[in-house]
Amino acid sequence: MTQIKAFLRFPPARVGRPVTYHLVKDFDLKINILRAEVAVNKVGELVMDIEGRPEDIDRAAAFAASEGVEFRVIDNAVAWDRERCVHCGACTAVCPSGALAMNRVDWTLVFTPADCYACDVCIKACPVRAISPGFDGEPAGE
Amino acid sequence: MLIWAAFILEGRFVFRGRLVFRGWLFIEGARFTDDRRGRDLSVKSFEEINEKIRQKKAVVVTAEEIIKIVEEKGPERAAREVDVVTTATFGPMCSSGAFLNFGHSDPPIRMAKIWLNDVSAYGGLAAVDTYIGATEPSEKKGLEYGGAHVIQDLIDGKKVRLRAWSYGTDCYPRTEIDTYIDKDSINEAYLYNPRNAYQNYAAATNTSDRTLYTYMGVLLPRSGNVTYSTSGELSPLLNDPYYRTIGLGTRIFLGGAQGYVAWNGTQHNPSRPRADNGTPLQNAGTLAVVGDLKQMSSRFIRAATFEKYGVSMFVGIGIPIPILDDEMLRFVSVRNRDIFTSVYDYSVPSRSRPALARVSYEELQSGSVRLNGRDVPTAPLSSLRVAREIAGVLKDWIAAGRFELTRPVAPLPDRAAVKGLDVVGGEAK
Repeated sequence: MTQIKAFLRFPPARVGRPVTYHLVKDFDLKINILRAEVAVNKVGELVMDIEGRPEDIDRAAAFAASEGVEFRVIDNAVAWDRERCVHCGACTAVCPSGALAMNRVDWTLVFTPADCYACDVCIKACPVRAISPGFDGEPAGE
Repeated sequence: MLIWAAFILEGRFVFRGRLVFRGWLFIEGARFTDDRRGRDLSVKSFEEINEKIRQKKAVVVTAEEIIKIVEEKGPERAAREVDVVTTATFGPMCSSGAFLNFGHSDPPIRMAKIWLNDVSAYGGLAAVDTYIGATEPSEKKGLEYGGAHVIQDLIDGKKVRLRAWSYGTDCYPRTEIDTYIDKDSINEAYLYNPRNAYQNYAAATNTSDRTLYTYMGVLLPRSGNVTYSTSGELSPLLNDPYYRTIGLGTRIFLGGAQGYVAWNGTQHNPSRPRADNGTPLQNAGTLAVVGDLKQMSSRFIRAATFEKYGVSMFVGIGIPIPILDDEMLRFVSVRNRDIFTSVYDYSVPSRSRPALARVSYEELQSGSVRLNGRDVPTAPLSSLRVAREIAGVLKDWIAAGRFELTRPVAPLPDRAAVKGLDVVGGEAK
């Protein structure tokens, strides 16, 4: 079993299709939706944690593509520029998942990508602009 | 006799009901005995400590390290053995900026309107002098770039576009200029920050139903978080609560260079309620600081943008505190659990916001505080990591004999009240 984070982008015409249902039912994947932007006649976006066997995840990705859905594995939901960071902690004030947290011994910022919801709220909360989108999905709320 | 003579000269020696021995009392390195306590009060003088620094024999530790030393050795031995304690802070400080002198063009111009990388700078000084304020936003890029970014670019040695306009005079005929400058092409460039190093500061939360974008960061609705901005037991003025050793002329670490305390900061308010250990329970004293921008590093001066609020600047300040006697030792060994502030509700649009809780810095740094029966996550805005780095750099400078302490030329005001601004009718005269 392996766990990945995936970004799915639905063209407006595909928003009505139950792709997630098929991912669970046909490929035996355990899915946790972290973020969803879905609206009629608009591009839909899903960010999800997917747990399953590697070959099932590959087949699911191929299935999504055949449905016209962009399926991308996200390594880093946001990109953290360690050199630029001043470790102030302002981003930790808004991070809902705890992926951005302070090490309370040496007071450096710790980023745990696996915990990130890809909500992108930290990007604008960072005063020195040390966090940027990790992939070219539209930031939430834009 | 010496004591009483000095007190008469000073004209006031009682500060909030307690005796304050001013730094300059130690001018002659005089030892004197307080009969009331019957023991030697003056352990060391500034001069004795500086002599040790020159000989590279001074014992220097940070305001965090001293806590453990006192625990292990006891306060009296610690006061004898330790000469200097370094303090530091690295937080966003909006009331900051820099004076620049561009030099004269040929033909010369008396600059009346000035822009640096499209950020407006003050044109109300002499021909080619200006002040660039950290919070001034760019006229082209808005809040993403401002005066603080210009300052950081200058520190980094980058070229900055200078545009200026003038009405033209007989002695300064040029009316426009458009050129590039950098820190090496101009004359003076010095930071002058009118209010830095706040002695304590309010913590912030938001009880409303919408997200607030403030200088205290993004405050989530329904008290979703609490932010705070002080380095606590490492913070300069919390380690010298009655300004015994920090005053006008004190040499400090400023942005990676040596700077000075120029004056008390604006809104300096020493008359705040205080805990038994002397630390104020609210934002109290402040410092105006000055230093050579050309020698600074953007590791310790960093431009910042607070979303939907504006531009600010992280300023790195380190201040050494001489352990003149037992009282100074006691002051510098203050701990986070004994320093308190209040959590204020920033959703109340008034200068008198309600305080929701009183909390210690130990609680704030633990990751959550109790607010209305609920644990609310906390987040710092001031970097303790960089503050520690600054305290360490300053410690190394002093230990290596490169940085001597200065006795204040004059003390900071020990009483002052901060006035509000009332909206009144009438005519200017």
